[in-house]
Amino acid sequence: MKVKKVAVLGLCVALAMIMSYIESLFPLNLAVPGIKMGLANIVIIFLLYRVGFSSACIVSLIRVFLVSMLFGNVMMMAYSIAGAVLSLAVMFVLKKCGKFSVVGVSIAGGVAHNAGQIIMAVILLGAKQIAYYLPVLAVTGTVTGVLIGIAASVVIKRVKHI
Amino acid sequence: MFLLKGMWLCRLFIIMSIFKDKKTRNDILLAAAVLVAAGGIWLFSALNRTAGTYASVIVNGIETARYPLNTDAEILLESENGGYNVLVIKDGKADVTEASCPDKICVNQHAIGKTGETITCLPNKTVIEIVGGEQEVDIIS
Repeated sequence: MKVKKVAVLGLCVALAMIMSYIESLFPLNLAVPGIKMGLANIVIIFLLYRVGFSSACIVSLIRVFLVSMLFGNVMMMAYSIAGAVLSLAVMFVLKKCGKFSVVGVSIAGGVAHNAGQIIMAVILLGAKQIAYYLPVLAVTGTVTGVLIGIAASVVIKRVKHI
Repeated sequence: MFLLKGMWLCRLFIIMSIFKDKKTRNDILLAAAVLVAAGGIWLFSALNRTAGTYASVIVNGIETARYPLNTDAEILLESENGGYNVLVIKDGKADVTEASCPDKICVNQHAIGKTGETITCLPNKTVIEIVGGEQEVDIIS
């Protein structure tokens, strides 16, 4: 059982990393930094619903670490970890309270991810002006959250046993 | 006429059925709340904006330089990690036209001229912010 779980989580880390890589091939260079599709969140939401919170955390953090090491730098890792941690916490709470569907959880996760990154940027750069990006990122986070949520709910529906 | 009414009724039922599912309704409410909050913050900051007088360069949280917006200039900003950003001041607006960073987000951002507006380059830890205040003679430069 334990070996199977390790294998499944390893598979999910690989999948999430591929998602991140695909995402980096199509950078959304709009007016504001930090806009991403959040494809890797499909994997994380799936794990949250089908395996458990701790597994989702493990996969998310390992993904952030590896992707930052491979395609980014230490600064990027700091932003991503802040986003990932806040996103996981918010998604866990919203899923636990049971009042939202997968799409709602995904929206909250996307917006929380952006908020976490901005909080980290404000702390690291010491410039509170960066918070001006929050409204734009909240809107894009909501849009991508809906799309990722729909995709994730399809995966959750199709893959029942893992 | 009746057909038209029927169509509207049909549409109403579809909308009602979406709201009947409690979770979906909550999802929509959540998205709406986020969008309203974002719009509110944006509107609030947009209303508080006036034309600025200086472009302030903030590196690593510390203001390193200030350039008046009424004087056209082209400045090479070198950061400690070896990177650079080219700041161009023209027509009362500040813009980053060239940068060493890989993503070029700072270059893609529009020229800024109103107080509180910023251009950020995360890789070079540089923020350019427009600040207001009285125009005075820059003693340092």
